[in-house]
Amino acid sequence: MEQIGSFALLLALALGIYSVVVSVLGARREKPLLQESGERAAIAVCLLITVAVACLVSLLLRDQFQVAAVSAHSNRALPLFYKFAALWSGQEGSLLFWSWLLSVYSLLVVVIYRRRQEASLAGLMPYVIAVLMATQVFFLLLNNLAANPFSIWADMSAGVPRLFLPADGSGLNPLLQYPLMVIHPPILYLGYIGFVVPFAFGMAALITRQKGERWIYTTRRWTMVSWGFLTCGVLLGARWAYVVLGWGGYWGWDPVENASLMPWLTGTAYLHSVMMQEKKGMMKVWNMVLVMGTYFLCIFGTFLTRSGVVSSVHAFAQSPIGPYFATYITLGVAFSAVVLVTRLDYLKSENQLDSFLSRESSFLFNNLILLAACFAVLWGTLFPVLSEAVQGVKITVGAPYFNKVNIPIGLFLLFLTGVGPLLAWRKTSLESLKRNFAWPIFIGGVATVVLAILGVRKLAPLVTLFLSVFVTATLMAEFYRGARVIRQKSQLGWVGSLVHLTRRNTRRYGGYIIHFGMVLIFIGIAGSAFNEEKQVEMAVGSAMEIGGFKLVCANIEQIDNANYAAGRAVIELYQEGKLVDRLYPERRFYKASRQTTTEVAIRPRPAQDLYVVFAGMADNGRDIVLQVFANPLVNWVWMGGFVVVLGTLTALLPNKAAEAIRAQAAEQARGERATRAESKHAIQA
Amino acid sequence: MMKPKTKFLVGGGIIVAVVVWLGLAGVRESKTYYVTIAELQAGDSAAFSKRLRVAGDVVNGSIRRDGKKVSFQLKQAEHLLPVVYVGTEPLPDTFVDGAQAIAEGRYQPDHVFVAKHIQAKCASKYEAAPPGAAQKAASVAE
Repeated sequence: MEQIGSFALLLALALGIYSVVVSVLGARREKPLLQESGERAAIAVCLLITVAVACLVSLLLRDQFQVAAVSAHSNRALPLFYKFAALWSGQEGSLLFWSWLLSVYSLLVVVIYRRRQEASLAGLMPYVIAVLMATQVFFLLLNNLAANPFSIWADMSAGVPRLFLPADGSGLNPLLQYPLMVIHPPILYLGYIGFVVPFAFGMAALITRQKGERWIYTTRRWTMVSWGFLTCGVLLGARWAYVVLGWGGYWGWDPVENASLMPWLTGTAYLHSVMMQEKKGMMKVWNMVLVMGTYFLCIFGTFLTRSGVVSSVHAFAQSPIGPYFATYITLGVAFSAVVLVTRLDYLKSENQLDSFLSRESSFLFNNLILLAACFAVLWGTLFPVLSEAVQGVKITVGAPYFNKVNIPIGLFLLFLTGVGPLLAWRKTSLESLKRNFAWPIFIGGVATVVLAILGVRKLAPLVTLFLSVFVTATLMAEFYRGARVIRQKSQLGWVGSLVHLTRRNTRRYGGYIIHFGMVLIFIGIAGSAFNEEKQVEMAVGSAMEIGGFKLVCANIEQIDNANYAAGRAVIELYQEGKLVDRLYPERRFYKASRQTTTEVAIRPRPAQDLYVVFAGMADNGRDIVLQVFANPLVNWVWMGGFVVVLGTLTALLPNKAAEAIRAQAAEQARGERATRAESKHAIQA
Repeated sequence: MMKPKTKFLVGGGIIVAVVVWLGLAGVRESKTYYVTIAELQAGDSAAFSKRLRVAGDVVNGSIRRDGKKVSFQLKQAEHLLPVVYVGTEPLPDTFVDGAQAIAEGRYQPDHVFVAKHIQAKCASKYEAAPPGAAQKAASVAE
């Protein structure tokens, strides 16, 4: 089995190289057959990598521990579900998984676009394939040379290598034995890798010096889908940190977290600035830079996670793949820069900034701010590496740095979220500013004053609340204004009008829904300013108080099964003297990996989470150490995440008007074909 | 009346300046120096005033718990460093004898390292060999 997988990967590498070469040759010499061959090679690469993945899954499921990637991430007692998930838990497996997802995306691109006869697309396709496959070749090189998932153990004690079969594997890292962690990597990877597609189309347009915005229209859905996955991936990672790691928070500015945030920031900037290009023909160079930046940050993110270049709490791997990534990123950036600079004349802006108070300028500020955030995060993440290179001392910066820079940036962004969509293109009059913003500012002000009177005295949360109410009010006003017009013209009720309104321009109103989701996330983050934390030693029967609750330790139990042994505390929760809930924080010892972990007990409520950690045993060996957090509003972050996904899905729906036009066009085409057929008949006759 | 482009450049310039200023302040507030135990013990008195980060292996049997204070020894290339942990968070589960640990805190003039944060990684990393055998991984493709 491991031989089949290994050869499949080797063959895939050869075919990947072949595909790049013939696609480029086919395009330059205008040989359609060569181009076709390149496309078919891409399909074959997908099949071969699928075979390799199937081999590794089969090895994992059948406990074939002679394979290093299997014995390092699985063991006999591991539940079947996690044996499957072990595929993307280790470095080798997850790089293979990366390749596979990319090959599936490439397959989709080939299948969707190869039969399109439009000249504009046909000209791009060979280069699109070449870029996709060049990325693929890089990952296949890693799979074949640096991190082969089918490496087997050899016993060297006799001087000559002999096959060695370990009796059992060392098990899946217990921190990863959690359902969210099983779906987090695939979702995040789907986001990372999805951005390869817009990059490939952008590069192809640039290489062929194609004029117009064709590549942007073509890749809009791909970008949206990738962005949606990336957003989900980042939030799932935060959620996993919150539920599993047991330190009471969800974001620690860890290099691995930053690695997923950076492409999200540039991707978000790109999603906004393409509108400038579509509507006004502006910012063409900028969009190219953003799509390239996002692509390289995605590769860089994979590198940060997998190479251990910056020591991180959960960078589980330290391996020889670093130089490969460094080389690829350097060459790739250099190549892209050369292509961009030599073709600058094709990317001239068609319009100028007309007024400071305009939609255009709000987009410019939005981009500037997102990029500033990205640079700040990148700078902080790479600070140890940079300081070592420049000064010879390794210096790290911690959460205070990231918070200090990003909180003001985030608040300014929230402000733009409210203001931007209501500014008119070209120029906005002061009159319309007053009309649109007087009420939202008033409502926001009232809410802030009320909260201040209720005793909230911290600046950042108050500003966040003001902006959140302000943005929500502007969004509601937008929906209200649109729906009112429809309601007057049609027989529909309010709900019907809102649905109709959204379906007429899914992109705009889906975008608004996403903005509302971001508002919820901001409110959730602001809540963290009021977190409480206590650590106490508790015996059976003793009690403590936090966040309006009284916690009583009712019992301490022992659990034992094949996978782990555990101690479990039964904590009774009283509110105003009444028993409201029971929580069961656990402390597990996983037998295969010989690791201890905590199972956090969380009582989630919209207003406040109660978060109980079985932190350890007290010195007397009988009592337990309990760490309890009261985290207000943290659930708003996850709710906001759901709303963002909903908005993304809405924006992906085709517009109702567009559908009607397409149906009309199809009708017309059918009519034309019929006429042509008739005339053909007439000629033959 | 300024041109819109000039206005944007001024606005953008202000934003960039503010971000840079915040960044510099943030770095000053939270920068931490990575040092080796050998460098620490070489006797540079400037080390006492900085926030530091030291890595090493936890010496077997050296962990002593005394109420909330935990003391242990870190070992890096034959150099030993006594560490006292005084932080509020419970120590990570991975903090055991022989673990690779990173201690963050300050070096006291009495040559004890007082740590506010501890990170630890299991000595038997997940990528490590299965127990009971010393082997080298070989690829079938070779």
